[in-house]
Amino acid sequence: MSDETTDGPSGPVTTLATPIRLDFDFTPGVAQSRFLRGLEQGKFMGQRCSVCGKVYVPSRGSCPTDGVPTTEDVELANKGTITTYCVVNVPFAGQSIEIPYICAQVLLDGANLSFMGLIQEIPTDEIRMGMRVEAVWVEPDQLTPSLASVRYFRPNGEPDADYDTYKEYL
Amino acid sequence: MPESEALHASHHLEYPYSRSVGPVIGAFLTGLRDGKLFGVRSPGGSVIVPPTEYDPTTGEDTGEMVEVGPGGAVESWAWVSDPRPKHPLSRPFAWALIRLDGADTALLHVVDSGGPDALATGDRVTVRFRPAAERIGAMADIESFVPEAATGGSAR
Repeated sequence: MSDETTDGPSGPVTTLATPIRLDFDFTPGVAQSRFLRGLEQGKFMGQRCSVCGKVYVPSRGSCPTDGVPTTEDVELANKGTITTYCVVNVPFAGQSIEIPYICAQVLLDGANLSFMGLIQEIPTDEIRMGMRVEAVWVEPDQLTPSLASVRYFRPNGEPDADYDTYKEYL
Repeated sequence: MPESEALHASHHLEYPYSRSVGPVIGAFLTGLRDGKLFGVRSPGGSVIVPPTEYDPTTGEDTGEMVEVGPGGAVESWAWVSDPRPKHPLSRPFAWALIRLDGADTALLHVVDSGGPDALATGDRVTVRFRPAAERIGAMADIESFVPEAATGGSAR
């Protein structure tokens, strides 16, 4: 059930392990399942609102502005723009990436919603808003319906995007 | 895409907390590990089981540890006919408030009586510890309480 710490095999008990555990079955729903199945095929799938025309990735299945179901599937580019970022220098429990590393909001070309991605193959002091990046995927036989299929994003060499092109997504 | 094609995945979330137990609960847990039951004497003279660091009525510091049990009486109980995965026993059992001999308060634990017909308020029960090698200083060191009749009479 739990393991306790004592001051030796016969010493007084000083500590009690009290783990809290929750087991649950998660379903992301139909719309996000589409996004995840797209990842399994090595592509980013979003959905467009029929009223305002905005493209959401990942889509929640409806437009938060217009309140209508989003039914049109849109495949997005493999590249996009860093809108904002954070350089992580602080170690924490469960950390799986060597610090320092860059966590950025990436606005894929054709999308109207950014999402978080890991940025690699660039020194942390060279990261900047507007930088153009591309997704680097795992090997085809390693693709799964999970964001783990995207290893990271890296600079793709294109000139930085104009601030006006992403300012409304900050 | 049909709705049935929504993905599913098993997740688990766990926080591996551990806590310092302090001198009084620590002494109680040490007793469990050693196969003994302890309460603590309050300033008013009553014996509180499981022990607390402070008198629940006056807030004063409690005093010496007092060995209690191993027998006691069932004060109230609820039958669990369909145990859940994390329950202490996989077979039907009772959660019971047990006033141990020498104690003035009741301890919540398990009574393994076989069936609800074999248990009544006021019945005598006695502790059944796990084997010494399995005891770690936790409530689960007590496997259950069992009716004294099943042990061939009073364990006192």
